[in-house]
This record gives sequence, structure tokens and C-alpha cells, in this order.
Amino acid sequence: MGMEGIGASVVRKEDKRFITGKGRYVDDIKLLGMTYAHFIRSPHAHAKVKSIDSSAAEAMPGVVAVLTGKQIVDDKVGNLICGWAITSKDGSPMKMGAWPAMAPETVRFVGQAVAVVIADSKNLARDAAEAVVVEYEELPAVADMPSALKPGAPQLHPEAPGNVVYDWHIGDEAAVGAAFSKAAHVVSLELTNNRLAPNAMEPRAAIADYDAAEEHFTLYTTSQNPHVARLVLSAFYNIAPEHKLRVIAPDVGGGFGSKIFIYPEEMVALWASKKVGRPVKWTGDRTEAFLTDAHGRDHISKAEMAFDADHKMLGLRVKTHANFGAYMSLFSSSVPTYLYATLLSGQYNIPAIYAEVMGVYTNTTPVDAYRGAGRPEASYLLERLVETAARQFKMDPAELRRKNFITQFPHQTPVIMAYDTGDFNASLDAAMKAIDYAGFPARKEAAKAQGKLRGIGLSCYIEACGIAPSKAVGSLGAGVGLWESAEIRVNPVGTIEVLTGSHSHGQGHETTFCQLIADRLGVPISQVSIVHGDTDKVQFGMGTYGSRSAAVGLTAILKAMEKVEAKAKKIAAHALEASEGDIVIENGEFKVTGTDKSIALPMVALAAYTAHNLPDGMEPGLKESAFYDPTNFTFPAGTYICELEVDQATGKTSFVNFVAADDFGRLINPMIVEGQVHGGLVQGIGQALLEHAVYDGNGQPVTASFMDYAMPRADDVPSFKLSHTTTLCPGNPLGVKGCGEAGAIGASAAVINAITDAIGNNKLEMPATPDRVWHAIHGNA
Amino acid sequence: MYETTYHRASSVDEAAALFSKGSEAKFLAGGHTLIPVMKQRLASPSDVIDIGKIKDLIGVQLSGDTLVIKAATTYYDIMTNADVKKAIPAIAHLTSVLGDPAVRSRGTIGGSIANNDPAADFPAALISLGATVKTNKRSISADDFFKGLFTTALEDGEIITEVAFPVPEKAGYAKMRHPASRFALTGVFVTKTKAGDVRVAATGASQSGVMRVPAIEAALKANWSASALDGVSVSASGLLSDIHGSADYRANLVKVMAQRAVQAAG
Repeated sequence: MGMEGIGASVVRKEDKRFITGKGRYVDDIKLLGMTYAHFIRSPHAHAKVKSIDSSAAEAMPGVVAVLTGKQIVDDKVGNLICGWAITSKDGSPMKMGAWPAMAPETVRFVGQAVAVVIADSKNLARDAAEAVVVEYEELPAVADMPSALKPGAPQLHPEAPGNVVYDWHIGDEAAVGAAFSKAAHVVSLELTNNRLAPNAMEPRAAIADYDAAEEHFTLYTTSQNPHVARLVLSAFYNIAPEHKLRVIAPDVGGGFGSKIFIYPEEMVALWASKKVGRPVKWTGDRTEAFLTDAHGRDHISKAEMAFDADHKMLGLRVKTHANFGAYMSLFSSSVPTYLYATLLSGQYNIPAIYAEVMGVYTNTTPVDAYRGAGRPEASYLLERLVETAARQFKMDPAELRRKNFITQFPHQTPVIMAYDTGDFNASLDAAMKAIDYAGFPARKEAAKAQGKLRGIGLSCYIEACGIAPSKAVGSLGAGVGLWESAEIRVNPVGTIEVLTGSHSHGQGHETTFCQLIADRLGVPISQVSIVHGDTDKVQFGMGTYGSRSAAVGLTAILKAMEKVEAKAKKIAAHALEASEGDIVIENGEFKVTGTDKSIALPMVALAAYTAHNLPDGMEPGLKESAFYDPTNFTFPAGTYICELEVDQATGKTSFVNFVAADDFGRLINPMIVEGQVHGGLVQGIGQALLEHAVYDGNGQPVTASFMDYAMPRADDVPSFKLSHTTTLCPGNPLGVKGCGEAGAIGASAAVINAITDAIGNNKLEMPATPDRVWHAIHGNA
Repeated sequence: MYETTYHRASSVDEAAALFSKGSEAKFLAGGHTLIPVMKQRLASPSDVIDIGKIKDLIGVQLSGDTLVIKAATTYYDIMTNADVKKAIPAIAHLTSVLGDPAVRSRGTIGGSIANNDPAADFPAALISLGATVKTNKRSISADDFFKGLFTTALEDGEIITEVAFPVPEKAGYAKMRHPASRFALTGVFVTKTKAGDVRVAATGASQSGVMRVPAIEAALKANWSASALDGVSVSASGLLSDIHGSADYRANLVKVMAQRAVQAAG
């Protein structure tokens, strides 16, 4: 490892521009003649659009156009798609209602756009929007799943009778039935996984620029995956063929999954730009983010686990209802199925698992992948269930887990996943040691003497990351492959550009990806730059989500590097009149091993481009590309333990300690990994204690601002103690697993297990607000 | 935000004159309520008259048994003022748990009480301490000043110039913060006056804004101690109920925060 190679905590290159205000986000971009879009959004959760009178608005100064849902449908812009086909138990395909970019006839959630005003300034567009008169006929709405599933409930889409999108299952029902029939103990739990609003720091934004002469569109957008955006906009939304559409995702201020999806506003901006013949910019505000960014989670589940007399797990049965909101967002269908139920084995040897998942429409904002996407829901359910079992058995929860850990690898679970490697005892041991688990009973007693209720909670999570082997996901219904591509350009002066299909929106790729090059060539990272986020520059990419950028994206870079190195070695060998097999790369030089003969990288690069003296038949230049398709998911895992105190009088929780022992495989940049874990833990704690996207019975959002939606602040969370217990991932040459989502996946269960331990009442839902905890203590809920 | 005309007044008289000229004028102090509401287009004043820089409206004076805080004094300046800390440390504490550093650097006592948000901290202090609100026209006792949600005794164009607090024998404030807004989910200010009277005010709890809590006042008058409230029951009737706190939870908080305020008061 060099000073800047793999494993070094190199300071982030990109931070200079971010912390000096020089980042270039979509809203920072201004084009000549640019217009501004303001959307007119439904105030009703469910209504017919009777009429739209835009005549007064169109007559206002500075107004370029008022465009409606009917026009966008008439112009044959495609309806939004859901890219993962799920088949119900009975063999029928999932049942989806149409989702036009703006509603021509019916609105199904508060915030759905019905029209857009295009004007010379943002304020003029907003003024004019107030002059547009939309007449609605309100329809009865359903905001929660139990109401939506009742007979006679208001129906969202005629295509989906009973508001059911699908009724899917996985696993062996008969084997689980047999396991329960021979069980010595059965433990059951009902729980909800609260709906969250993602709230990336930068709201979504888009600028569309249509060039009539070239019949070409450029879209600047807040995307985690610009190539996928181009593909979908081209193939399904009829915007333009791919070679006539350039998508640029410049600096993007956080995504957490919410910027994977191609949203109506991007479609409308593109379509409107062609219609008005000028660039169109839309920048969402925070209210629009609450109303229209795809939400996360929102499950109601019942889980039962069968144990033998020795407390070994025999079987798991899970029934989950997943709220999809009013429309099926791009990857929504896969989240509560293949990203959720396939992780229900957790870290445990469970011989039989059967899970049923019903997807439900409600008059709420669409729900899709959000940091962890299905895996936090699986981990929360399983880890609360195991903790409940330990309490029922009066066993140490650590021991019950240990007794059931998978210890042999590879391990095939009953729910598709084949775990490649891991050491669950090691992370449990490390976390227990870090928090002084053995000393907890004495600390609890001491706290009791002070009138405080102290609790400790464990969470042993596993996730499937590095998504994903294309063939595998294709067989499960995915509409795309999930490989990644990369290109390495060594310039004639020896500087290096790495073009990657991964997209950095906070992850620090501009540093970590350079570290691989530094590691391979021994050059400083200042000599390397990372190019991403532009479909005209990068050959292709599937983007960044699912903790995949290191495991898949960086491996693609490695594959391209191997080709570059092979060619460079040939050139060096030729120049040094040595055998290619004797060339080694050290400190930016190509050396003949065992001699003092060497040639520096810039000279090799220059030789490649001057082409005056290359080996016979070699093409000039030093540039290679690679596509890498992973062979398996990766399986980051670990143990989180939370110790906290509850104030009996107010129900308020205070953290005492929070430890994390993670196995992410090889770490590229430990400092960046630490930051990722911190952020994930805060989101997990946020879900456990604070965050909740709430609707009233009529589908009106109750939490559409930070005055009501409680985002975690620095003083809401403890200082974390992190450690790593590493097993190298055998599935990729770097041995990396991914670290982006772990915190958000594992933290919630640790917090709730700790609170329920402290108060001695297991009936507690997230977010565990002081009000809920106080009621759980005092039993007068 | 709709278009508006901004004025920076250099005196109270100038501010009042500017106000009377505007068709729909609004005074601006710290701006922490008015500006967000304007950005959301929920307010559209023709004129915004900034009184936050008027020198006569800034500062703290302690004379005898009266602590005077001028209306445009920021929370930060109140929190760090030596006279405030000496005379009524509970006000310094209240100000230190109000909002966040950005809010405390700009928000003002006058702005807080003129807005009379039902979850704002300062109304509880004024009611409990029996303060007097002085305006450019008159003096109004705190009991007469607050008139329910976002409503006060202020007349159109009337400007708060200062708040005069009688220095108490003891006072304390305890607050359960709203997890999202950081306003008071419930906050209770307790005062034992130099004359031996006890006044207790709760904010964030009632549907009608800041309120006195007679049951707690009676118990504390009999016995100024946290334990004196152990048996007191606060009715949940008329209290706010929302996703962050049900009415019965808030009723509990009124009692618990009162106990903690008494402990803080010593």
C-alpha cells in the first residue's frame, strides 16, 4: 500500500470544491434564453381533473406557455414505467395502473402535477401558476394499507382490483409448515416499518435544452444513474433516440436512492423545451421534495419463527404488506420482494423460510428504493424477532444468535441468496467487547439507582450488495443488467483519466477510484482524474445505488487497468529491449526486474501516442475499456449494539453508547468508510426515533416540512465507536463488499431492541417518539 | 416570495410613520417567522419595515427590581447578558434552549411575543414572571397581552419597545423540545415572586396558546418543591394533540416540566 493507495485514509479530493462553494449543481447552471417551469400540483389525494383554465395565466407578461397533462399524453410521451416485473403466486403478472407524467384525468396523490407553467423567471412562473384555475371533483381516498385492502375501499386503478399490485411469495410453504408442526417454541411479532421521506440535501432539479437544428436534447439532472435515465427516456418515454439525447448529472447533493428514478419533472422539462423552443429549468423546493421524491419503507408485517427444544431455528414465516403509494415507481416492485425477502435468513441457519408479500396501492406519494431498500426492512423484522425470542426464552440475546449463526461458507439460504463468506461470530465478539457487554448488568443496576431505565440492544445484520449479476437479476424479472463499465485513458503526458459509469453524489469516488490507480501504478492521485455523470463522455453505466460502486464499478476500472497495464508493459519491454514478463510496475515506473533499467510512465504513454517505435502490429494509444458483470452479490454483515437510557417521566431516550463492528471486506479508504457508516447509522437512528412520513385519513400529508418531519440532527445521535472484522469478498478481485447502506440497515433494530429492553415492553413501533415510549412505559396507550 | 418594498427604519417613530403609509405593511425584526411565510407566499406585505436595527430597541437594563429587555435584542444577546444571568437566570436558560444558534443570532424577544406562536418559549416567561410589555403607545400587562394563537393585544401599527420583568425570588424554565421544529413540545416556566406569589405558565401544550396552570400554582404555593407536584393531575382537556405528542402526553409533560423547572429554580 502506498501513501495514497488502497487502504489509505486519503483526504477527499472533491471536498475542496464542495466546502468552498464551488460545486456545480444543476441549479447552478444557467443557459442562454432559459425559461423556468413551475408545476401545478394537486391539493387532493384523489380527484378527477374536470377542467384547467389557463387563459388568464397565458396572458400574463413573461409567460411562455401553460402545458397540461392532456397535451403530454396527446404528444405520446410515454407513461412512467416500472422496470422489474414481479409475478404473483397465481402466476399472474403484477397489476399496474398508468402513470402519465402529468395527470390528464385523475390525480391519485397530493402533489401530483396536472399542468406546468413555463415563464421567463421562476417568480413569473409561480405568479402565473396561481392564475391557472383547475377544477377538481374530489374522490374518496385511502392513505393506509388496511383501509385500501378493505372490501368496498376506494379503488385507485381499474387495472389493479382491490388496490393489490401483486401477491407474491418466496420459499417453501410446506417445509415451513412442517417446521412449525414440530417446533418446541414459536415466537411471533407484528410490526410496521415506518414510511420515510429521503430528504437529500439538494432537492431534485432538471434543465432540458432542445436543439432544433440537430434535433438533439441535453438534460442536466440530479441523477444517480444518467445512462439509465437516457435509456429509459429514450426507449420508453419517446423523448428522443439515445444518440440524440445527452444526460448530464453534474455535482449531485445526495440521493439515498431517491435520485435513481426518472421523474415526471424531467420528462416534462424535455418535452416542454422542444415545445417552447427554449431551455427549461425546474428546481424543486423542499415541499415538492416531500410530496414527490419517492418515499421509502412502509411495511406492515407479521413474522413467526419456529425453534426446537434447544432453541435452534427451524423455520420462519413472514407475511408483509408493502405500500407502493399511488403509482409503481421505477424499481419499486423489486424492493419488498427480491431486495427484502431474500435477506430474511439474516445471519442465521434457518432451514425453511416462507414469505408472502402483498403490494398495495394507496393515495400517497410513490414508494421506491431508499438507502438499504428492502434490506433494512428484513433486518429490522428479523432482529426484533430474534430479540423477542431471546426474551421469551430468558436467554442472552447474544447467545441465541450465536447458537444459530451460519458458520460454514458458502451457505445457500432457502431464499435464493448464496452467502460467499463471513465471520458473524467475529463481528459479534468485537461489538460485545467494544461496548463491554459483560459489564452491562452492573451498569443497568447503577442506572436504576439513579431512576433511569437502561437498555441494551443488538442487531446482527446482513445485506446483499454489489448488485448484481445480470443473468441472475434478469431471471428474477429485472429489466436491465447490473454490470458496470469503465474506461482508462492514459494521456500522452502520463496523466490518467478514469471514466466510470458509477456516479458520485457524496460517496467520494473522485478519491477512492484514484486510489486504485495509485495502488496499481504507484502514481500520486493528483495525476488521476475521475470523469463521471455525462453520457457523452462515459461509454455507459448503470449508476450508483445498492452499495455497488466499489464492488462492481471499481472492479470494472480494475479490469480496464489490467488491459492498460498489459499494453504498457509491452511498450516498456520493447523500449527496454526486455522480455514483457520481466516488467514490473513500481512508483510510476516500468522496471526490468532484477536490473536498474526502467522507463517512466509518461515516457511509455508518450511512446504509445508518438507511435514512432511500438512493437510490430501494435495500435497506437493507451486507452482501454472494460465491462464487468459480477458473479454474485456481496454480503456485508456486522453487529451493532446500542446502549441507552430512557427517562421514565418523559419517555425520552438518551444514548449511552453505540458500537458498530462491520465486515465490508477490503477497505479502500477507511476514512470515507467511516463517514459512510456514520451517515447510515444516523439514518437508521432517524428511522428508529424521529422520522415518519405521515398522512391523514384523507391522504393529506401531515409531515411536508421540517417543522413536522423530524430529521436527525447532530445532537440527536451519539458518537459512534466503529471497528472492522474483515473477511475478503471472494467474488471480486478487490475483495470489497460495500459499505454505503449498512448503517441504515442495521441500526434501527439495535435502537428499538435497546429501548424495549429498557422499558420491559416489547410493543413499540418506530419512530419511538418520547410520546410512544412514555405510553409504552405507563401502559395507558 | 411576492414583490415587496423593504425599509430599514432608524427610529421607532420613523417605523410607525412608514407603517401607516404602507397599504399592507409588516414589521420585520429577526425575520424567523415572517421571511419563511413570505417565501411560501402565505404572506404578501406591500412593505416590510425592518425595526431590527433601531438602536433604541436594543439592549438590556437592570434597575433595582426590574429587568428591562428591549424588543429588538436578539436571543443570543439576552442569553449572554450579565444582568440577565444575574437577575433572572431562568430567562438566560430559556433563551439558550430556544431554536438553534442561527435562530438565536437573529431572533428577538419582541418578535417572539408579537408573533405569539403557541409553542414559543418567551410567552411562558412573560406570563409566569408577570412582565409588562411596553409599546410606542402604552404599557400592557403580560396577562392582557397574549390573546390565544398568534394573537395579541397589539393594535395595527403598534410597536413593542421593551419588556419589563420584575425580578423574582426564584424562577425556572424546563422544556421538552419538539423533535422536528425545536419549538416547545411543552415548556413550563415557574416563578415565585418576591411577594410570595406563585405563577406558572405552560407553552406548547394548550390549543389556546400560552396558559397558566392553577393546579400547579396552588400546589407550589403550599410547598415550593418538585415533590409537591407528585400528586397533581393536569387535565388533558383542551391540550394540543398531534403526531409528536398526544394530549395526555402533553398533560404529563406540563407536570414533569413544572417539576424540573422548580428543581432548576432551586
